[in-house]
Amino acid sequence: MDDAFIELDGVEKVFDVRKKTGFLKRERHQVRAVDSISFTVARGEMVGYIGPNGAGKSTTIKMLTGILTPSGGRLRVAGIDPSRERTRLAHRIGVVFGQRTTLWWDLPLIDSYKLMHRMYRIPDARYRENLDRLTELLDLGELLDVPVRQLSLGQRMRGDIAAALLHDPEVLYLDEPTIGLDVVSKTKVRDFLRQLNTERSTTVLLTTHDLQDIEQLCSRVMVIDHGRLVYDGPLTGLHEAGESERTLVVDLERELPPIEAPPPARVVRVEGPRQWLAFPASASAAELVARIAARYPLVDLSVREPDIEAVIARMYEERAGRALS
Amino acid sequence: MEGLRAYGLIAGMWVRSGMTYRASFVFTVFGNLLVTGLDFVGILLMFSQVDSLGGWTLPEIALLYALSVTSFGIADLLLGSMDVLGARMRDGSFDILLVRPVPVLAQVGADRFAVRRLGRITQGAVVLGWALVAVDVDWSAVKVLLVPVMVVSGAAIFSAVFVAGAAFQIFAQDAAEVQNAFTYGGTTLLQYPPSVFGKDLVRGVTFMLPLAFVNWVPAAYVLDRPYPIGLPGWAAFASPLVAVGCCALAGLAWRTGLRSYRSTGS
Repeated sequence: MDDAFIELDGVEKVFDVRKKTGFLKRERHQVRAVDSISFTVARGEMVGYIGPNGAGKSTTIKMLTGILTPSGGRLRVAGIDPSRERTRLAHRIGVVFGQRTTLWWDLPLIDSYKLMHRMYRIPDARYRENLDRLTELLDLGELLDVPVRQLSLGQRMRGDIAAALLHDPEVLYLDEPTIGLDVVSKTKVRDFLRQLNTERSTTVLLTTHDLQDIEQLCSRVMVIDHGRLVYDGPLTGLHEAGESERTLVVDLERELPPIEAPPPARVVRVEGPRQWLAFPASASAAELVARIAARYPLVDLSVREPDIEAVIARMYEERAGRALS
Repeated sequence: MEGLRAYGLIAGMWVRSGMTYRASFVFTVFGNLLVTGLDFVGILLMFSQVDSLGGWTLPEIALLYALSVTSFGIADLLLGSMDVLGARMRDGSFDILLVRPVPVLAQVGADRFAVRRLGRITQGAVVLGWALVAVDVDWSAVKVLLVPVMVVSGAAIFSAVFVAGAAFQIFAQDAAEVQNAFTYGGTTLLQYPPSVFGKDLVRGVTFMLPLAFVNWVPAAYVLDRPYPIGLPGWAAFASPLVAVGCCALAGLAWRTGLRSYRSTGS
């Protein structure tokens, strides 16, 4: 890989945890938040980094940005060792933490951008050009003079994304960029990220709980669990690896015994006239719906996508099963 | 240099943030002046009952008080918000500072920069002016020169204590009160002559945490008084050296702390 922009080779992060076991007594033990992870990301890639809470996602991002020093292994971003040359790297990366803001709470949005302009020493012409472009793409025109504390969560998130991109970073890290956003805001953010990646070939690495983020944005997914990389490849492959299932929720006219669905689809729950059916994510929902509608009095229905936790949980069952047989 | 520039930029943002609540800003400036002023009124009240404290007269005590308050005031203005560092680490907003291309110490120092803290310096300077006129001293060129040296060195020593305290907070994130004990506690201690304290405390404040070099030792020289403990004659001029040493140690502690920073869970 000659074009590897982010390189991790056996990277580890071990935390010393002290647990209170009695008065003045402490038990020390080590937690491996990240356990020997290796991967490379090429320039211009858009990668989803997913996993359950506490899996080590944030810890990885924090090592990539230089916030945390790895306990072992080799890590390079744009050829720079992040924890050793954090400030030098800062000029080349953009970071958005979904739950925290870099913006000045009491001041108009534009003031935070002016600070970035000077703090990152962005040349005037480039700053104006970037600000105009980001303002347009992220629909910030009317918000620039509004104090940040008056912005909605979605507006603030767009504001934060613009702040992270004013200095033309080569890579953008996003930690849960759509968490808590409404559908319209989520769409705006996703559209923008797609455009950023295709038109400016900015490398994007995002962590998320929202499988739709990944579906709509990332050609590549990395799954981390218990500090280990358990999957690295396209999203379709993840569904296969996890044999994930979607859920069809149907409302019947009245209470009926469980629907006799064509296998492998099966009823997993019945609650009055409402029934839940699980079916493989790769199978067509339309076909299943048609077959049920032909035989049962259907009033309403909805399809639920598998969530990441479920996909990963099934992936683990699979692996455990294979290990046994 | 990069650090000073960043400090200025961020302090400016906080000043403008503070200005958005104008009425509150005006109240806190006056409130601060009043509260720190009451401090010295307390000493005046004490002297309405006694003629001397530990053998020191009112103008002499006023000089100690003013030197301590002014130099602490400068450090407090510049780095006084370092006790919010622990809170920033707990809520995770410290991470934001770490991904910016400017020194973290400058950002943490300028955090919540507040103009109202000028109140303490103003009040200290007023008392200092009065004390310098009122003390019975045979002024020589050296003694005159020693006054600004004391204020600057004192400010540097207190600044070092602030930075060291911040470094300590990285390890113990709820240790802001420990830091306050040394900073606010230190300045209150130095407002009284060393003769009223036990020898062990004075020794500790001279050799362990060298706050004695903020005012006790150099002021003793100015006032022709014996040094708090048997120190050589040149000790009065050692304050700048002590200040440089303290700052170097504090800087080292800060670097060590930052490298071992663990961040929060998410």
